[in-house]
Amino acid sequence: MEFQIAWRNIWRNPRRTVIIMIAVIIGVWTMIALTSLMRGMVADMLDRGIATLTGDIKIYPAGFHDDPSISFQINDADFVLSKIANAFPEDTQYASRVRVNAIASNARHSAGLTLVGIDPGQEKGVSFIGNGVLDGRMISRDDKNAIVVGQALLEKFETRIGRKLILMSQDRQNEITSKAYKIVGVFRSKLASTEKQFVFVSKSSAQNMLGMENGVSEISIVLADHEKTGRVAESISTALNGSDLEIYTWKDLLPMLKSYMEVFDGFIVLWFLVIFVAMAFGIVNTMLMAVYERMREFGLLKALGMKPALILRSVLIESGIILAIGAFAGNLLAIGLVMIIAATGIDLSALASGLEYAGVSSIIYPELVLKDVFLANGVVMVLGLAVSIYPAVKASRITPVEAMAHT
Amino acid sequence: MPIVEVKGVDKVYHQGDTAVHALDNIHLSMDAGSFAAIAGPSGSGKTTLLNMIGGLDLPDHGDVIVDGRHFSEMNQSQLAQLRLNRIGFVFQAYNLIPVLSAVENVEYVMLLQGVEKAERRDRAMAMLDEVGLTEKYDNRPAELSGGQQQRVAVARAIVSNPAIVLADEPTANLDSKTGEGLLRIMAEMNERRNVTFIFSTHDKMVMDYAHRLVLLRDGMIDDDRSK
Ligand SMILES: Nc1ncnc2c1ncn2[C@@H]1O[C@H](COP(=O)(O)OP(=O)(O)OP(=O)(O)O)[C@@H](O)[C@H]1O
Ligand SMILES: [Mg+2]
Repeated sequence: MEFQIAWRNIWRNPRRTVIIMIAVIIGVWTMIALTSLMRGMVADMLDRGIATLTGDIKIYPAGFHDDPSISFQINDADFVLSKIANAFPEDTQYASRVRVNAIASNARHSAGLTLVGIDPGQEKGVSFIGNGVLDGRMISRDDKNAIVVGQALLEKFETRIGRKLILMSQDRQNEITSKAYKIVGVFRSKLASTEKQFVFVSKSSAQNMLGMENGVSEISIVLADHEKTGRVAESISTALNGSDLEIYTWKDLLPMLKSYMEVFDGFIVLWFLVIFVAMAFGIVNTMLMAVYERMREFGLLKALGMKPALILRSVLIESGIILAIGAFAGNLLAIGLVMIIAATGIDLSALASGLEYAGVSSIIYPELVLKDVFLANGVVMVLGLAVSIYPAVKASRITPVEAMAHT
Repeated sequence: MPIVEVKGVDKVYHQGDTAVHALDNIHLSMDAGSFAAIAGPSGSGKTTLLNMIGGLDLPDHGDVIVDGRHFSEMNQSQLAQLRLNRIGFVFQAYNLIPVLSAVENVEYVMLLQGVEKAERRDRAMAMLDEVGLTEKYDNRPAELSGGQQQRVAVARAIVSNPAIVLADEPTANLDSKTGEGLLRIMAEMNERRNVTFIFSTHDKMVMDYAHRLVLLRDGMIDDDRSK
């Protein structure tokens, strides 16, 4: 009966109840929907970061991380891989690359960039270049002077497929070396910065140009599950104990992203609290209004012998029902919206140039995390009830004599 | 032994700089089964006195004893418990809980007392029958006339088997015919169940029904006679 009375009381002033509910709905809705969008952005940043020639785990020759010079190299990548293959979980992929800072130039332009020597067959599923090219063709394993460049670089250099591009760098003997390549293909990335940063040639031609014999600069390993990175990196490290190789995870290589992800959970809590504070003012005000309007009634209940604790509870039950209905509707709306957006992704291209700068692509797929949904509901229900204690206590303290004087 | 005893009760209200002596050394005792009216001009202290007897307000000096319990020795929670089980109230207006139907209003005190659901409903319906409102049992207060609302309030006051029922100007908002109907119901209850009624009134007709008339003036008892 207590519940039934609360239910009837809630609908005595439907307009007011609906207003609180809408506040709760909007609050929960924004909490969940926007958080899953932000999570989608972060996941996208991570995927992109890992695909941009980083990998979950990277093996460098000792010294290369701090001084990416071609004088450091892994002499026999196959041997290294044979030693660590046991540490790989299922569906692990890897690629070994030559990587060197170079200057590209043609008749009109020149720019500093990273020359990457790859085995195209290895890159599938490991880095974005494994997805192939937009125009022209991909370099093949044995191409001697073919190069693939990014669309943005092509435009910047005012050149096109079939034209030449001169690459200049230091070789193993610290001599300046240069080589003329022919542009055979153009890749696209969601980030213009990536398109300008990297050019790709075959591993063998890079080794040849730089005098590396069979050496490579890095081995990049991609796992099916990012969560396993730490454990796999440890086993690799054990397997390679004693060799002069260094093992890094994406957390070491993308420190910004790592710290961003670390503060993200705290940021969500803060963000929920901010939304809640806005909501709480509405809840408290409206509940107080409702309590003062019913002062005579609370006085009557007191006169009849109802204990203050029971009155307090009855007011809390009322606000609990409103909160629960609002939270439920907010969840439905948010989850519905997230599912709709998840099907197609949401295009943020209007904001994209700014976002690209932050390493986010323009199409975002929201990621609904159960933990966030629980947190949003927890914040609304627990804190919602907590702030309702104030009007409830007011109601429980009204005395019959006061109530009678109040007409 | 009297069911109600008021012993040297003083009550002073302060409003700004002026102090109003609402009750001034009141001594009064009522036997069980009384049907008593407290009368007097406006501001003479009728409501204040009833509030004291009901434990809704506490005296500055003196003590009130109802059903053998000394209010001065009780805390708020014990007073609430006493009101719930031993005292019924009928106010001038706003007696009923708007979201509850007539029968639910009558049931409500029994709910607070912990009476079981089936018994609650039976007793409430029987009570509504006694006040002649069987047909209106499912109506909300807003759908009842003033007189009907007061009858529901009387039913609620009595259903919990109280030692006393306090009614502060129960007929003040009713026309004289309806008021008399209500009074007759209360008188019947008094006779049949031996429930003690104490009510305040301005109304000559209501005073005529009372077996005892206490006249207040300026917070003091001016006259007290039994008929
Ligand atoms: N809460 C209060 N604060 C200040 N003064 C009060 C308060 N309650 C009552 N009084 C004063 O105490 C005196 C007695 O009031 P009380 O309400 O008991 O009179 P009453 O006989 O019931 O009058 P009425 O016939 O108008 O209902 C009055 O002068 C009133 O102004
Ligand atoms: Mg009065």
